Amino acid sequence: MTTQGLLYIALVFALVLGAALPLGRYIAAIFEGRVRFLRPVELGFYRLAGVDETRQMTWQAYAVALLLLSLIHFLLLYAILRLQYYLPFNPQHIAGMSPRLAFNTAASFTTNTNWQAYVPEGQISNGAQMLGLAVHMFLSAAAGIAAAAAVMRAFTASALKSLGNFYVDLTRITLYLLLPISLIAAVLLVVAGCPQSFAPFISAHTLQGGSQTIAIGPAALQEAIKELGTNGGGFFNANSGHPFENPNAWTNLLENWLLLVIGFALPIAFGHMVKDKAQGRALMAAMAIILALGCVGAYAAEATGNPLHIAAGVAQSGGNWEGKEVRFGIPASTTFNVSATGTSTGAVDSFTDSYTPLGGAVPLFLMQLGEVSPGGVGSGFYTVIVFALFSVFVAGLMVGRTPEYLGKKVQEKEIKLAMLGVLILTLFILAGAGFSLVTASGVGSLANAGPHGLTEMLYAWTSATENNGSAFAGISADTPLLDYGLGAAMLFGRFAFMIPVLAIAGSLAAKPKLPESAGTFPTTGPLFIGLLIGVIIILGGLQFMPADTLGPLAEHFLLHAGKTF
Amino acid sequence: MLILRELRPALSLVVLFTLILGLALPEAFTGAMQAALPWQANGSLITKNGQVIGSAIIGQNFTGANYFAPRPSALGTAYDASTSGASNLGPTSAALLATVQQRVAAYTKAFGPGPVPADAVTASGSGLDPDISVANALRQAPAVAAARHLPTQAVADLVNKMRHHATFRIIGTDHVNVLRLNLALDALPAT
Repeated sequence: MTTQGLLYIALVFALVLGAALPLGRYIAAIFEGRVRFLRPVELGFYRLAGVDETRQMTWQAYAVALLLLSLIHFLLLYAILRLQYYLPFNPQHIAGMSPRLAFNTAASFTTNTNWQAYVPEGQISNGAQMLGLAVHMFLSAAAGIAAAAAVMRAFTASALKSLGNFYVDLTRITLYLLLPISLIAAVLLVVAGCPQSFAPFISAHTLQGGSQTIAIGPAALQEAIKELGTNGGGFFNANSGHPFENPNAWTNLLENWLLLVIGFALPIAFGHMVKDKAQGRALMAAMAIILALGCVGAYAAEATGNPLHIAAGVAQSGGNWEGKEVRFGIPASTTFNVSATGTSTGAVDSFTDSYTPLGGAVPLFLMQLGEVSPGGVGSGFYTVIVFALFSVFVAGLMVGRTPEYLGKKVQEKEIKLAMLGVLILTLFILAGAGFSLVTASGVGSLANAGPHGLTEMLYAWTSATENNGSAFAGISADTPLLDYGLGAAMLFGRFAFMIPVLAIAGSLAAKPKLPESAGTFPTTGPLFIGLLIGVIIILGGLQFMPADTLGPLAEHFLLHAGKTF
Repeated sequence: MLILRELRPALSLVVLFTLILGLALPEAFTGAMQAALPWQANGSLITKNGQVIGSAIIGQNFTGANYFAPRPSALGTAYDASTSGASNLGPTSAALLATVQQRVAAYTKAFGPGPVPADAVTASGSGLDPDISVANALRQAPAVAAARHLPTQAVADLVNKMRHHATFRIIGTDHVNVLRLNLALDALPAT
């Protein structure tokens, strides 16, 4: 580790948290309908779609609207992927996807996961990327943020019957938040060298006299929303490691900023919504501390390098360079991947499968915590609220009082629903990975042997269920088992968690907002932040300790004992 | 029925957003970028004698002794830019260790004994890394100079001239772009 490397991490945090404060204020204004600079366009959408702007939805109606829109969009993407050969913008004449791969990919992009079982350069057309994937990158992000807005509203007043209007939230978030920032970022990316072209692949005659075919497409615009919406689906197979997705260290910093900023701005928006800014900052602080520990940990592991390679004569100063790009360097590579797994982005600028065991364990563990540091746009916020409810519940148990969060009593019903959400995801991950590893098909998908192979499979199920989308990418994911299994995991991980959370929000919204008393457990100070981090690590992380011990931890000790597989 | 009531707005919004975000926006944005930043928007292509020789930011393979060598590429065909990807071999992979050992042996054979820069014997994430570390380039300089019958100092000076510096020593790394370095090498006057 070098001071410069640690300063880089500090710089990323300063830029993100510094921007999250004003952006959070702006997002609260969007949620409250006070941002109107594209008002005529917004009204046009409502008129054409038959949306009654004044209608208020119960949590059930909000959930039905969100699910139905997601289902329709899922079916549309499935159709686009199957039929892409016949659709426009297909200069490479790419064939339609197989049913199982199209199912997996449609589930992936509907759930904001962006797991990619396909190779983009050879298996998806420009038209399917634009009309299908990129639109999902906007709308799945907006749907997640809308659900977060609904949860926030539950805490704003007493005896609320409704959580807002899903269609209005979706439209406003897309028009006023995602679109403007993506456009500015996309221009900067083109300036730096990301292509934006509809031309077929380029044929080059290389300097030493060979030939090279260079894949190209409308990548810059997709790259921007890919990061901003914590999506992560690369235009190219190498994702943000590809020079056309991420041409230099500055674009790497920009993309790292984009994928973190909304996640950290949402708790700030929450503070504005409930008129108690300290509440939002406390949640943001807990998220930031977990992410910072992860960034430093992964950097330390990768900067140390691979002892076997050092013994083979590789200069020690560099660190572990397998799967990393020279232009970014080690600290910026690890910080990017950790940021993209602390959020549910899943983009990578370097390949986690080739990280050292502990370096690769950090992204895995951040996903296992439930994606809360700061998590996916929207989903990270409502997940951290679930953990905040657990925290006040635990504190309430210790002092023998009915727990409250922001004046709302947290009772049996909420805690049961919250526990349901947390436990079923763990079950899906561990049962899925365990089952896959006892089938011939699952073992055949692995690219590495020994404990690293186990980590590959565990990582795949964790990534899909937690809607991250990154991978230990050596795994062959386009098999019937993994296409259908992980596709189901993604849908389950998104909606089987989101619906109980909306139910909790509906239940809390209806309760009276009690005034703070001398006995209220404060949910703003260092004590609460520490408790929240503890609950996240114990509740989210501890369930995976046995599995992680057999995977990355075992591999770490075997590596230092000189064992290979 | 709750679901029927939601069908029209949900379906209409999906269609509207697909037309606007999936069609109108990329069309307009591509048109604007093609007009405003055509070089970058079309892949930062470098031409020589009217022929496209590659992209300034995509690595290409150099195998001869008279050119600087890029990093190893894990792609089926090295630097095949119609695809991209990494080796994805883990830290305890015996296959990776054997490959690294072979590369170390080949590197020291070609460029003499001494420390082997890590980037010279590991595959990049994209398989298309356009850059190598300065240490790697300087280690290669004497052999390249000998193959071209140039003074070593002239080639080493060229590496330092082409060197990209990290900003404030924090953002990015010190490195050289291999294609640009080799183009500059071709332009060096013979002695």
